Amino acid sequence: MSTLTAPLKVHDPARARRKGVALVFGCTILGAAAQILMKTGANQLVGQSLSGILSNVPLLAGYCLYGLSTLLLVLALRDGELSLLYPVIALTYVWVTILSRVIFHDQLSVSKVTGIAVIIAGVVVLGRNTKE
Amino acid sequence: MSSTPVSSMLLVLVASVIGSFGAVFLKLGAGKLKDGFRHLFGWRLAIGVALFLISSAFFVLGIRHGELSVLYPMVSLANVWTLIWSRLWFNEAVTRQKLMGVGMVLVGVFFVGMGSQ
Repeated sequence: MSTLTAPLKVHDPARARRKGVALVFGCTILGAAAQILMKTGANQLVGQSLSGILSNVPLLAGYCLYGLSTLLLVLALRDGELSLLYPVIALTYVWVTILSRVIFHDQLSVSKVTGIAVIIAGVVVLGRNTKE
Repeated sequence: MSSTPVSSMLLVLVASVIGSFGAVFLKLGAGKLKDGFRHLFGWRLAIGVALFLISSAFFVLGIRHGELSVLYPMVSLANVWTLIWSRLWFNEAVTRQKLMGVGMVLVGVFFVGMGSQ
């Protein structure tokens, strides 16, 4: 009978929202790492033989991370709103831009920096708790 | 003025529509997880992942030619479609907060695309 006396699960929308956004946040970091690994793998790829692709560790690791990233998105969507969480995926652009700078020494430009700042601001707007 | 072929824009636009449907199926499948984690291998999530893969194929074909400042934001239009589908399928509210967030993400992606030539 302990189930009857167990405290009811209190639904806290603010907490649920934070959890969803945090999961998608993780999803974008894994997704960005996946893209960087796949780029690294593609750079190493010579020819288009199947064995070459299957023995390409960065490429395969990239695919695995993509799988994990999708899993996090699904877990976030289980309780969260699609219309709120989907735009947060744009954070991937932020991490890819930063990682490309650090790893591939891609050029950073004023518009890229502006862009990632505006994306971050947009995600902050989405993540904020409002009484609606 | 624009050096972005219409064919590239169409490909990317198709990618955004397919991607937004992928998101809808992921959400449908994710909702099923409440009934048990065996639904992780259900058809809804499978279709969602398949649509994402197809969408990324269109995207890769689309961004081969043309300006990324035009094409990147067109991919992010998936956010706008998703907002509409969320309202229609899941009865989620379209709030000012969401419109503002999506708008800012679109503007941000435009700038990232502009800097990625």
